[in-house]
Amino acid sequence: MTDSKYFTTTKKGEIFELKAELNSDKKEKKKEAVKKVIASMTVGKDVSTGMALFPDVVNCMQTDNLELKKLVYLYLMNYAKSQPDMAIMAVNTFVKDCEDPNPLIRALAVRTMGCIRVDKITEYLCEPLRKCLKDEDPYVRKTAAVCVAKLHDINAQLVEDQGFLDTLKDLISDSNPMVVANAVAALSEIAESHPSSNLLDLNPQSINKLLTALNECTEWGQIFILDCLANYMPKDDREAQSICERVTPRLSHANSAVVLSAVKVLMKFMEMLSKDLDYYGTLLKKLAPPLVTLLSAEPELQYVALRNINLIVQKRPEILKHEMKVFFVKYNDPIYVKLEKLDIMIRLASQANIAQVLAELKEYATEVDVDFVRKAVRAIGRCAIKVEEAVERVVERERSLGASCRELLQKSGPSGLVAGRGAHGAPLGTQSPAGRLCPSCVRRDQPQARAAMIWIVGEYAERIDNADELLESFLEGFHDESTQVQLQLLTAIVKLFLKKPTETQELVQQVLSLATQRSGPVPLGAASGLYSWLLRSLPGLFAQEPVTSAFPNISEETDLIEPTLLDELICYIGTLASVYHKPPTAFVEGSRGIVHKSLPPRTGSSESAESPDAAPSGPPPSEPPAVIPTQGDLLGDLLNLDLGPPAEGLDSLALPAPSLALDWALTAQRVAWAREGLDSLVGPGGAGLAWSVLSPGSPCPEPGSGLGAHSSAGGVGSGRLGQPAVAPRTVWLPAMKAKGLEISGTFSRQVGTISMDLLLTNKALQVMSDFAIQFNRNSFGLAPAAPLQIHAPLAPNQTVEISLPLNTVGSVMKMEPLNNLQVAVKNNIDVFYFSTLYPLHILFVEDGKMERQMFLATWKDIPNENEAQFQIKECPLSADAVSSKLQGSNIFTVAKRNVEGQDMLYQSLKLTNGIWVLAELRIQPGSPGLMLSVKCRAPEVSPYVYQAYETIVKN
Amino acid sequence: MIHSLFLINSSGDIFLEKHWKSVVSRSVCDYFFEAQERATEAENVPPVIPTPHHYLLSVYRHKIFFVAVIQTEVPPLFVIEFLHRVVDTFQDYFGVCSEVVIKDNVVVVYEVLEEMLDNGFPLATESNILKELIKPPTILRTVVNTITGSTNVGDQLPTGQLSVVPWRRTGVKYTNNEAYFDVIEEIDAIIDKSGSTITAEIQGVIDACVKLTGMPDLTLSFMNPRLLDDVSFHPCVRFKRWESERILSFIPPDGNFRLLSYHVSAQNLVAIPVYVKHNINFRDSSSLGRFEITVGPKQTMGKTVEGVMVTSQMPKGVLNMSLTPSQGIHTFDPVTKLLSWDVGKINPQKLPSLKGTMSLQAGTSKPDENPTINLQFKIQQLAISGLKVNRLDMYGEKYKPFKGIKYMTKAGKFQVRT
Repeated sequence: MTDSKYFTTTKKGEIFELKAELNSDKKEKKKEAVKKVIASMTVGKDVSTGMALFPDVVNCMQTDNLELKKLVYLYLMNYAKSQPDMAIMAVNTFVKDCEDPNPLIRALAVRTMGCIRVDKITEYLCEPLRKCLKDEDPYVRKTAAVCVAKLHDINAQLVEDQGFLDTLKDLISDSNPMVVANAVAALSEIAESHPSSNLLDLNPQSINKLLTALNECTEWGQIFILDCLANYMPKDDREAQSICERVTPRLSHANSAVVLSAVKVLMKFMEMLSKDLDYYGTLLKKLAPPLVTLLSAEPELQYVALRNINLIVQKRPEILKHEMKVFFVKYNDPIYVKLEKLDIMIRLASQANIAQVLAELKEYATEVDVDFVRKAVRAIGRCAIKVEEAVERVVERERSLGASCRELLQKSGPSGLVAGRGAHGAPLGTQSPAGRLCPSCVRRDQPQARAAMIWIVGEYAERIDNADELLESFLEGFHDESTQVQLQLLTAIVKLFLKKPTETQELVQQVLSLATQRSGPVPLGAASGLYSWLLRSLPGLFAQEPVTSAFPNISEETDLIEPTLLDELICYIGTLASVYHKPPTAFVEGSRGIVHKSLPPRTGSSESAESPDAAPSGPPPSEPPAVIPTQGDLLGDLLNLDLGPPAEGLDSLALPAPSLALDWALTAQRVAWAREGLDSLVGPGGAGLAWSVLSPGSPCPEPGSGLGAHSSAGGVGSGRLGQPAVAPRTVWLPAMKAKGLEISGTFSRQVGTISMDLLLTNKALQVMSDFAIQFNRNSFGLAPAAPLQIHAPLAPNQTVEISLPLNTVGSVMKMEPLNNLQVAVKNNIDVFYFSTLYPLHILFVEDGKMERQMFLATWKDIPNENEAQFQIKECPLSADAVSSKLQGSNIFTVAKRNVEGQDMLYQSLKLTNGIWVLAELRIQPGSPGLMLSVKCRAPEVSPYVYQAYETIVKN
Repeated sequence: MIHSLFLINSSGDIFLEKHWKSVVSRSVCDYFFEAQERATEAENVPPVIPTPHHYLLSVYRHKIFFVAVIQTEVPPLFVIEFLHRVVDTFQDYFGVCSEVVIKDNVVVVYEVLEEMLDNGFPLATESNILKELIKPPTILRTVVNTITGSTNVGDQLPTGQLSVVPWRRTGVKYTNNEAYFDVIEEIDAIIDKSGSTITAEIQGVIDACVKLTGMPDLTLSFMNPRLLDDVSFHPCVRFKRWESERILSFIPPDGNFRLLSYHVSAQNLVAIPVYVKHNINFRDSSSLGRFEITVGPKQTMGKTVEGVMVTSQMPKGVLNMSLTPSQGIHTFDPVTKLLSWDVGKINPQKLPSLKGTMSLQAGTSKPDENPTINLQFKIQQLAISGLKVNRLDMYGEKYKPFKGIKYMTKAGKFQVRT
């Protein structure tokens, strides 16, 4: 016995029959009758049957049979609107049911009442709803919460007047997570139609409530809560981080909507996190797997996911840069998935994977679907343009790409043109002979394809053996061709002439006469006129410029979303807006003035100048801030700064945000000071002072005057702000030893780059030029990363300041002492040699922080005889101050302990060649000295580590 | 939120509609039909279709389009996930999800849909809870109901609905306490012409059937949990415990559920259990082409590959094929150009092959596209990623349950390019 029997009655008298059944005494009969009515309702037909029976059905409502009750409720929801007067009949039953002892019935009644969209009923709804919102049973409360949204939809004024919104807001703090979730959902829906009303007024307390509820409510509730969280603006990066930490577990949820909403929250709040935070990198890594997993879901989910990934990839390409392969198209993917995957493949294409991508795209070009093939061909072009630099690495691929271009040009008209342009970016067969092209393959199809083909022939004429024949064959039909083809042909033949002048002179004359004869559009005549003029007047000159520019370069960036829109769309990840890549204002019906959302600004003034996605790859915190705040601003910052008690244990991952930002600023400022010779610091009166310090009379500047001012001013906050220690410049090569060239310098390490800061002074009477520098092999393989760039010759008595970046990939030879560096400097006069000692801490790398466990294990592991002890005298700093100073030079405090009044700091650092050094620093309050124990597998570095410590601490 | 739902069959009839807010005229579906016409195949109908006043979000499953209508900005994934959940629920309730079955059970369907959404907000989507609210129809129950007049609708508030473990009802009782876990892995792969792997990844799931009395608390540990770095859990799994100890700890729902799905990405090396040797040759001038494929086992860890099925969409230029298989049955449909070969088991001593000729349309040049070979297969008792369950323990209850773990590897989207 199935329900399909309910559909079968269509004879006359049916209504009469049903009426009788509905009024029957037997419950079973009644129920069957209502089912019949409902059945006809479900297929949307026979509305009249349903309506005629209205009073009879409503009469069945007063029953204790729950199924019958539910069925009648179902019926009411559908038809009440068309019979408002009749619907009033049901009100009493509803009100009564709202008092029922069974919570299921109470909830059902309030829920159904909300669905009856009749104004008159809503008046009666208020009282029961108010009760239900405060019901003892959470099931009723959560149903009532949704009911407020329903009522608001029908009569917004009533809801506001009755104060339901406030009650709803109170429910956000409800003890039951499901109630919280529904309240949030209801408020969000109401807020959407009233963007100005400050309904979801989020503060740290309510956020905390939401985060707690997030863990416990249903998957759908999680979506509502996450979407709501995304609208919150954390007050600083700490709060942002703590929210991120609590949201991250949602990335492992089985429901893809939960995952995407969590991604939205993370993408948004990440914006506030500083890039050099360890957590930032961790978060980036955590985002990739869930996004990849979304692609193994059903195709419809994949589609939405891909549209969003498209945005994410544009905003933060680093997240998915290693996941290219998951975007490879499968033969039986639906077309809408294929097209999206292709788009993302292009976005992810880079030098590293271009070969793979091109091979894959070529594969697609043989598929059946025309749209897809067209897009694949376009993609080849775009990739080639995008990764122009990679061309030489992929010669092999190029050859096949060239071959497929040829095929494709015939296949797919306009898109072939793009492929042609693509080949322009990644010169087709730069090294590979294209051989002979088959004329028949060139001769077909649309003019655009022909134009592109001709362009290719012209561009690579020297590698196409029969280029002249091919072009000549086109000349026969020259007058029938479109202007585009004619122009292209003209250009190609001129190019060919330039490459093979002897064989093609006739051809050129032919085309020029053809072109000038023709009373065609201006550009053609003009162009041919220009070419004939060029050829006549400059026979020996290769007129490459005008010829090659005939095919304008296009940029692959054309499809990129404009950055401000992208930022806005990132706030709408997971919504329809993200599917359409348009802000909601552009398309959502009835949205009464959507509030524009924007990404939160990154905290810290100095960082604002840094574009968030400028870092192409590599470790995120690799860039120094681009703009250095002026001194006034900086001091202002310093004064405003709440430098409260030092963060408990700097070994915790993050520094407090403001100090971190300031750290950046100071670092930048320090560099600037150093470069400007410190004079900006000592004020107007002190200008020029710095130069005199470095005059030949005082070969080794003492940290007096200018430098003293430097360190004291810089030290305003330096007690707790770590910054790389930079020793003052010393004279390495005195003028008398080097025929008048004086070199003084120092070493520094700024955010991952080692540099040698040099000051070259010409003390001779002649101009110096042609400078170059070379290092001898040394213990850590230090070598100049760039040539010595001195552009103008150095006039007598002139000084030039240079910062030479260094790397550690040079050849290695152990030196004595270990940190000895032998340098040769050449100029137009002679070659000079000198040697200098570099402080070891320029070799301490940024990721030198060891895990606690690791540290313990390693400490035990290293034999005791490798331990060396030193004493650092006269250093009256507190443990925290020391720790932060050291951290500035990449000596990281792993743990801190207090033993019998002594502060013990356990620290780790790593050298550029991967040697780990562990240290224990003992600080006795009251005593000015520090005890340092260093343990390392290579004990010979220990004394230099000690020197480094001393330099840094006393800096 | 979700405004309305329309169910549309493949011939374009709307056979069920449900509205959770005001009624939306079914004429809104005309936009859907337009899109359907443009897309040549049902699978290619775009899942999101804008209309002047609404958005239509659809999923296509069991040859039925489930079209949701929304009016305001709603997360589309939320809607699509929900639609899939509707389909799953129907399947769970009625065994299959088809137009006939839905029509046969239209009232139950209606009641279930009403229970699942309220004003467009999801209400109860866990099938355990739904089944307590509205009992699935069984032949026995229908008979009993007609005699006794009792109903399909539960009149008690489902217990799980509000507890901390909403997925489990209280007072579960079984005489035989048992817990079965199936580790099922699907390999998605693209193999290129020369037989090397372009991409390969594993989608794995652990499906459970748990019938245990009371409130059991289970822990499941793996020999090699490191494999699972990209996982999605059932809400019952305690995430913190997994993060810290790599142990799955959970109070299971009652009955069948998916405990976990995971993804082993292309970066790990994925073992490819079969290979296909192919020689498909369209000769340029003659009207006959050669076709030959052989399937063989590769990295199967000594297990048998069974249920092998080869399908390939041949190019349009192929008129017919005359082939002889060494085993199994093959068919070629000259209209759709679909070749399928049901191979069965692979015997490593005698590799199955399919050889013969293709007759090609005379006078045309050789087809541009090469056919792609789709492969299906199954390997019992093997999880190809190497994932292995270490042990399953139960706490919180006194009895000793019966435990079982099964492994299986299947082909997902496994394609060989020729």
